[in-house]
Amino acid sequence: MNHPPLNSLVALAFIFCAVLAFAAAVHSHWDHVPPKDHAHTNPLAASQQAAAAGSLVYADHCAECHKADARGDGHKRPSLRTDPVHTATDGDLEWFLRQGDLAHGMPSWSSLPTQQRWQLVAYLRSIQ
Amino acid sequence: MPYHCLKRARPAAVSLTLCLAFFQSASPAHSQEKPYFVTYSHDLEEPGNLDIETKTALARPDGSTHYGATAFEFEYGLLGWWTSELYLDGQATAQDSTIFTGFRIENRVRPLMRDHLINPVLYVEYENTSGADKTILEFVGHDSQSDLAEPNGDARRDHQHEAELKLILSSNVRDWNIAENFITEKNLGHEPWEFGYAIGASRPLRGAAGSRSCTFCAEKFQAGAEAYGGLGNTDSLTLRDTSHYIAPLIGWQLPKGLRLSFSPGFGLTSSSLARVYRVGVAYEFNQFGNWFHSANGGVQ
Repeated sequence: MNHPPLNSLVALAFIFCAVLAFAAAVHSHWDHVPPKDHAHTNPLAASQQAAAAGSLVYADHCAECHKADARGDGHKRPSLRTDPVHTATDGDLEWFLRQGDLAHGMPSWSSLPTQQRWQLVAYLRSIQ
Repeated sequence: MPYHCLKRARPAAVSLTLCLAFFQSASPAHSQEKPYFVTYSHDLEEPGNLDIETKTALARPDGSTHYGATAFEFEYGLLGWWTSELYLDGQATAQDSTIFTGFRIENRVRPLMRDHLINPVLYVEYENTSGADKTILEFVGHDSQSDLAEPNGDARRDHQHEAELKLILSSNVRDWNIAENFITEKNLGHEPWEFGYAIGASRPLRGAAGSRSCTFCAEKFQAGAEAYGGLGNTDSLTLRDTSHYIAPLIGWQLPKGLRLSFSPGFGLTSSSLARVYRVGVAYEFNQFGNWFHSANGGVQ
């Protein structure tokens, strides 16, 4: 019985990994946001005070992990001044705050009143 | 000041200084805690945060004297979906004694990683307390005020090793939190399974945050009510001789991570205490777990 040469196996494994890496790269962070939530706009976007109020909510609840300047700690606590946050819709951000990512340490903030979540979104927009 | 007084005062002063330094150096955090005393919502502790809270119950059972029972609660967020707690309980009864009444260890786990209309949490607790424990953080079976009227000397001889399971269901709807707890408790000796319940609803007095930092503004206060009681046991699955309470709640989030809560509870049956007043004081330490890790991730 003929066995495939080792070089061919290595090449196949390399191609498989490359395809996986490409697939991961083109997958958007917000792909799993339901369309209804994705399309939400911030009802407080026109309010000049929303971002100021959001900064206080941020200081109370978010700064402990993401740091006061929202740049994270460079390790497990991610920066919020990144492309995925910049390109997300208001609805994406509000949905993510509500859901959290429990498996990766981000709490669900569904207990925060809805208006405070939108104030947070306004603040995140203001620092991009 | 005489030398012997100084000698006594120094350790107290050192303790106080260390305590103040500890609180000063800690970064406060504001959690999502509800003002409930008995009911649990699906909010878990943020990963790495340590919440220290005292929950005190003040009451007077019929035919006995006033007592105050305090549970010291150490709640730590192990993971985003897993919170672990240690309780140390004690009580003081007028014209009787002040005693330590045992400890409890509990774990709460959220099995679903996403937020849903109803969010389940599984709760497992082991209790090693004496019969003199009066913190009454839940009512099960045929618990009654007469259990709380026994003299400490007699009650503390009764050791209770118990396992408790709860199914916590909780929803956030239009800034309201609504939570239902189904409780079952088993004395690990030859005792029947006991059942109980707790339900609660609460909301902040105002949804939107102000644009200026404040202490007395409405969004810093939460109000609500909870109801709780026993539902009998496997030997006697009846509401006869069970205790039931209804209790309005108020919670106040103060600056620097301090939180106060208060609840007057009113007994609804003859087995219930006529009134029980509960006071909670809590402080949350931000990212407590990181205190023991060096910058490169190793344990100090």
